[in-house]
Amino acid sequence: MKEESFFEKENSIPDPWDLPLETLDVSKAELFQNNKHGEYFRRLRKEAPVHYCPDSMHGAYWSITKYNDIVAIDTDHKRFSSDTNIVIGDVPEPEFVAPMFIAMDEPKHGVQRKTVQPGVAPTQLSEMEEVLRQKVCKILDDLPINEEFNWVERVSKELTTQMLATLFDFPFEDRHLLPYWSDVSTTTTTTGQDVDMFERQRILSEETLVYFSKLWHKRAAEPKKFDFISLFAHGEETKDMINNPAEFLGNLILLIVGGNDTTRNSISAGVVELNHNPKEYDKLKSNPSLIPNMVSEIIRYQTPLGHMRRTALEDVEFRGQKIRKGDRVVMWYVSGNRDEEVIDNPDEFLIDRDKARQHVSFGFGIHRCMGNRVGELQLRILWEEILKRFDRIEMTGEPERVLSNFVMGYSNVPVRVHRK
Amino acid sequence: MTKVIFIDHEGNNHQVNATLGESLMEAAISNNVPSIDADCGGLCACGTCHVFIEPNWLSKVGERSEMEDSMLEYTENVKSNSRLSCQIKISEELEGLTVKLPEEQY
Repeated sequence: MKEESFFEKENSIPDPWDLPLETLDVSKAELFQNNKHGEYFRRLRKEAPVHYCPDSMHGAYWSITKYNDIVAIDTDHKRFSSDTNIVIGDVPEPEFVAPMFIAMDEPKHGVQRKTVQPGVAPTQLSEMEEVLRQKVCKILDDLPINEEFNWVERVSKELTTQMLATLFDFPFEDRHLLPYWSDVSTTTTTTGQDVDMFERQRILSEETLVYFSKLWHKRAAEPKKFDFISLFAHGEETKDMINNPAEFLGNLILLIVGGNDTTRNSISAGVVELNHNPKEYDKLKSNPSLIPNMVSEIIRYQTPLGHMRRTALEDVEFRGQKIRKGDRVVMWYVSGNRDEEVIDNPDEFLIDRDKARQHVSFGFGIHRCMGNRVGELQLRILWEEILKRFDRIEMTGEPERVLSNFVMGYSNVPVRVHRK
Repeated sequence: MTKVIFIDHEGNNHQVNATLGESLMEAAISNNVPSIDADCGGLCACGTCHVFIEPNWLSKVGERSEMEDSMLEYTENVKSNSRLSCQIKISEELEGLTVKLPEEQY
């Protein structure tokens, strides 16, 4: 807490190259909110790619900052566990533990993931494409012209909410509850915010859980469909999950957050980066076939989730460092995606980048993002429809970023849209 | 050089000359064979270079590793002849190797 007041007092973020390397702490949420984290990670990649920070508001932790090291840890799930904690801060136990499959090891993770994965696998998605396109068209056609508005609220949040409502077959008129619950669950002390964790828990267990329990019972009584709730309720291994409210809630949060914060912020980031890079915007307009490649580049450049954390299950010698059993190991995806040794000119946003799909934003190994195709699909369709309608999405002021070391996001992107 | 054949989902043949020692995935990418994404670049970490080995070639391409098995567990439409093409190394014995491509990678 002392460190935070330091930021307030100085009203500026120190230059990481002026700080002692041994105690460099890249986990401060203010770094990301002020978009000042890049230089911190550049120093770690250069001078201490596997770095031990002895003290932070989350306790001691290892930082893994290079692309290939991240892949190595992410795929070594037998020695680096996802059990219970997958972000830097520990979940305050025991009241707040909501088991979700992203935070489980095998075999339980596999059983639950495989149950709901068909809901977002390519075969299912190709059937959804037309429905999604209609939603995108409606959202874009309803935008005010020649009037400033917040792109995050009107487009990024609205589109991902509608998509998520479709994946859950959630009552459309109540869809705003989904981003609300998503925001409640990602506003937590475990990723660097100061928040009343008891109130957070109350909302999730009294509102979210109660609402979804009703949906569950309804779906369980109906024939199996391909929405998440129905897949869980009819899954051989998961049909009793309703009797384990904490685990039901945990998996709901996972699917809600997974479908909300990630694509929402990639949608916003596209507008931000195309405005920061007008040449790229010109390239896009003259060659819309670059859209799929641009989608990957946006996801790399933004890195919607800045990190994932593992816990060492045994002592491991890694790149000359001694990681001990029980240590927190943080894979900074946001740094891996800027690794100069793997990605050429990583700080540049290039929509026609070669090998754009090679980024670490989805993670690697058995916990790799399950909804990656849904995210890519939304971004692709959105940009196809934007190019048909608008000459430009003009950003009219600097964007505001959220306070978190986990969600790399925007709360406000002021824009004005210009019709073709 | 070793001749290998990829048959895409529509049934089109893509015959390429693969270099000894490279992976089947690399041979596909460097010859612009469609529907191989290879997001992780060949580290057996993403499952997006999925191919189906024609039955008569199965014994020649070797066994799946434990890691490859665990990645394939999370891939769509996996069959007993499913492999990740980044894990198959091109050798002279594979002259004429024929594999089928899935409709989409996941």
